[in-house]
Amino acid sequence: MIRNRVLFVLAAAIAVAALALPFLSFAPNRLLSGQGIALAAALEMPRGLALLAPGAVLLAVPFLRPSRGATAASVAAALLVGAGLLWLAGLHAAELAATAPPAARTSFGSGFWAMEAAALLAALDGARRLGLPAPGRIALGLATALLLAAPLAAGQLDQLSILKEYANRRDAFSDAVLRHGAIVAAALVPTLALGLPLGVLAQRRPTVGRLLFPVLNIVQTIPSIALFGLMLAPLSALSAAFPSLGIAGVGMAPAVIALTLYSLLPIVRNTAAGLDGVPEPVREAARGMGMTPAQLFLRVDVPLALPVLLAGFRITLVQAVGLAAVAALIGAGGLGAIMFQGLFANALDLVLLGAVPVILLALAADALLRLAEALLPLPGGRRAV
Amino acid sequence: MTRPMIAFEGVTKRFGSWTAVDGVSLAVEEGEFCVLVGPSGSGKSTLLRMVNRLAAPDAGAVRVAGEDIAGLAPEALRRRMGYVIQSVGLFPHWTVARNIATVPVLLGWPRARVRERVDALMRLLNLDPDRFRGLYPHQLSGGQQQRVGVARALAGDPPVLLMDEPFSALDPITRGTLRTELAQIHRKTGKTILFVTHDMDEALALADRIAVLEQGRLVQHATPREILTRPADGFVRDLVGREEWGLKRLAVETAGERARPDAPPPSEQPPGEPLPGDMPLRRALSEMIARGVDRLPVMDAEGRPAGVLHLADLVRS
Ligand SMILES: Nc1ncnc2c1ncn2[C@@H]1O[C@H](COP(=O)(O)OP(=O)(O)OP(=O)(O)O)[C@@H](O)[C@H]1O
Ligand SMILES: [Mg+2]
Repeated sequence: MIRNRVLFVLAAAIAVAALALPFLSFAPNRLLSGQGIALAAALEMPRGLALLAPGAVLLAVPFLRPSRGATAASVAAALLVGAGLLWLAGLHAAELAATAPPAARTSFGSGFWAMEAAALLAALDGARRLGLPAPGRIALGLATALLLAAPLAAGQLDQLSILKEYANRRDAFSDAVLRHGAIVAAALVPTLALGLPLGVLAQRRPTVGRLLFPVLNIVQTIPSIALFGLMLAPLSALSAAFPSLGIAGVGMAPAVIALTLYSLLPIVRNTAAGLDGVPEPVREAARGMGMTPAQLFLRVDVPLALPVLLAGFRITLVQAVGLAAVAALIGAGGLGAIMFQGLFANALDLVLLGAVPVILLALAADALLRLAEALLPLPGGRRAV
Repeated sequence: MTRPMIAFEGVTKRFGSWTAVDGVSLAVEEGEFCVLVGPSGSGKSTLLRMVNRLAAPDAGAVRVAGEDIAGLAPEALRRRMGYVIQSVGLFPHWTVARNIATVPVLLGWPRARVRERVDALMRLLNLDPDRFRGLYPHQLSGGQQQRVGVARALAGDPPVLLMDEPFSALDPITRGTLRTELAQIHRKTGKTILFVTHDMDEALALADRIAVLEQGRLVQHATPREILTRPADGFVRDLVGREEWGLKRLAVETAGERARPDAPPPSEQPPGEPLPGDMPLRRALSEMIARGVDRLPVMDAEGRPAGVLHLADLVRS
C-alpha cells in the first residue's frame, strides 16, 4: 500500500525519466543539436551504485509506515540522488571528451533535468514533513548546497558544455554577475527610500492607501518587457533635452527605474500590513506611558512590524534578481545579457550559463533573508519556526 | 485637602453625534481613592483617558494639581501618571523587566536605579523577580500580565494612578488578592487613584468615594456608605443591587463601629477569638455563622478588648 503519495509520484517520475529520457546529449559542436545518451550508459558498476542505492531507498520509503526515521531517510536519499546525478553527468562527460574532438559538447539532457528536479522536490517535501526548527533547516540547506557544489568545485563538471561556455568567457561572466548585483542594488535604494515612507503613509492615511495600491497593482500586471520598453521613450526624450544629465534611454537608468516601480508594491504593502498588525492596545499603552510619536514609532511600531517588513524585503529582492535578467533587453547588461546572447545564437548552454546563476542568486537571497527572519526575535520573544 | 489633585470642570466628550461624557464635574482630592462605576459604554474609560490627554474634551477643562492640562505637554503629563489600560497592552517584544521599566527609561533614570525599582515592584506585586524578569508577556498567565501592567504603571512613582479595570477577567480569588494588594499600596504610598470598574463590590471595597456614571452623566458622587444608604435614584439603587443590598451595606461598616463598647465582666465575655475592629460587618456575620454563635468579642488595633458584637446589632440601622 502507498503511504506517501507525493514521494511515490516523485520517485516514480525519477524512475521513468531514468528509463525513457536522455540523461545527456552529445553533439559534435555547440551549435548542432545533440544525440541522446541514456542514463544506463553512465551507470557503469560499481560507481552506478552511488545513484542506484539511494534511488532504491527513495522508491521504497513511500511504502513504509510513516515515521520520522523514514522521512529523514527519504530526505537523505533524495539529496544523494541529486548529487549523484550531477557527479555521474560530469564523469561521463569527461569520458566522452577523452575520445571526442575538442569541439564536441556534452550537455544535460531532459532526463537529467527531470530527475534532478524531482529529487530536489522530494528532498524539499521530506524536509517540510520533518518540521525542523530554524537551526536544523539552516544546517540542512547548507548541507544541500555543499553536496551539490562539491562536484562543481572539484572540477568534475568541467567537461560539461555549460562549464565549457563558462571557461570561454570567465571574465565576461564575473562582470555580468557583478553588473547584475549592481542593477538590483541600485534599484533597492530608491525602492526603500520611497517604499518605506509610502507604506507608513498608506497605513496612517487610508485615502493614500486607496489611491496608491491600485496604481502599484497595475504596475505589477504590466509585463516586464513592456515596462522596460515603456521606459525607453521618456528617458530618450529626457536625455535628448538634457544631455548633461548623463541618462540614456537604454542601459542602467531605465532598468533601475522599471525595477523600482515593480519593487514598490511588496515593500509598500508589507510596510503597511506590518504596521497594521501592531495591536492598538499596545500603541495606546505606549502613548499612555508618555512615549513621543518618534519613540512610539521606533520602539514599538518598527520592532513589531519588522517580521512582515523583512518578508516584504525578501519578496522584493527575489523578484528584482529575476527581473533584472529581463533588463538586459534594454541594454542594462547583467546575467540576462548572457542568456539573450545564447538565445540569439541558439546556444542552449550559454542560455543556461545566464539562467542558472540567476536562479541560484534568487535562491541564495531568499535563503539568507529567511535566515534573518528566523533569527529575529518576534513579538512575544518567540523566534520564527 | 485644599485643591483637588484631579478636577473635571463641566467636561463633555462627543464621538460624532454620540455624547460619551456629558458635562461631568468631579473632584478627586490628593491621596483619594476614587472609583468610577457604571454600565458598559457609560463613558468611564473616556473620562479616564481625558486625564492623561489620550482623549481631548470638546467642552470643559481637566485640571491636575490645579493646572489646566490642555496647556501641558502630553508626554510630560503622562510620565507623571501611571496608566493601567483596560486591555493590559504589555509590549509583546519586551521582557517583563523591560515592560515595567518603560517610564523610568523614558525619564532617563540611571540603569542601576531602574533595575532596583523593577525588582522592588515585582516583589511588591508578588512576582518573583528571578523567575519573571526575563519572561515575555505571552509566557505569563492573565493574572500575571495584569500584575505586570500594574507594576508598569507604578514604576515612575507617579503621584497619580489611572487604572482602567485592571483586574477584569480574573478569577475571584486572584481578583481579591490584587484588590487587597492595591489597597495596601494606596495606604502605604498615599497616591491619588482614579479607578474604573463595573464591579460594584470592588468599588465598595476600595473607594474613598464612588462616582457613578450613567450614559456619560455623573449621577452620584459620594462615599460607599452614602451610595448604599442614600442612592441618588433608582439607577444607582439597581447598580448597587437590590437583592444583596443588606449584605453590601454590612460590607462598608466595621465590627468596631457596631460593637457594644462596655466590656462585660470576664465571666460573661463570649468565648472565641476576638474580631479585629476594622473587620467589615459582612465578614463578622460570616464568622458568627461559621462559629455558630450570636456574640463575638471585638478588639482594637492594639489588641485590647473593644466591646462585644451581637447578632442583633447587625440589623440595627
Ligand atoms: N474612539 C471612539 N470613537 C467612537 N466612539 C467611541 C470611541 N471611544 C469610545 N466611544 C464610545 O463612547 C462610549 C463610552 O465608551 P467608554 O469606552 O468610555 O465606555 P466604558 O464606560 O469604559 O465601557 P466599558 O465598561 O465597556 O469599558 C461608548 O458608547 C463608545 O462606543
Ligand atoms: Mg472601558
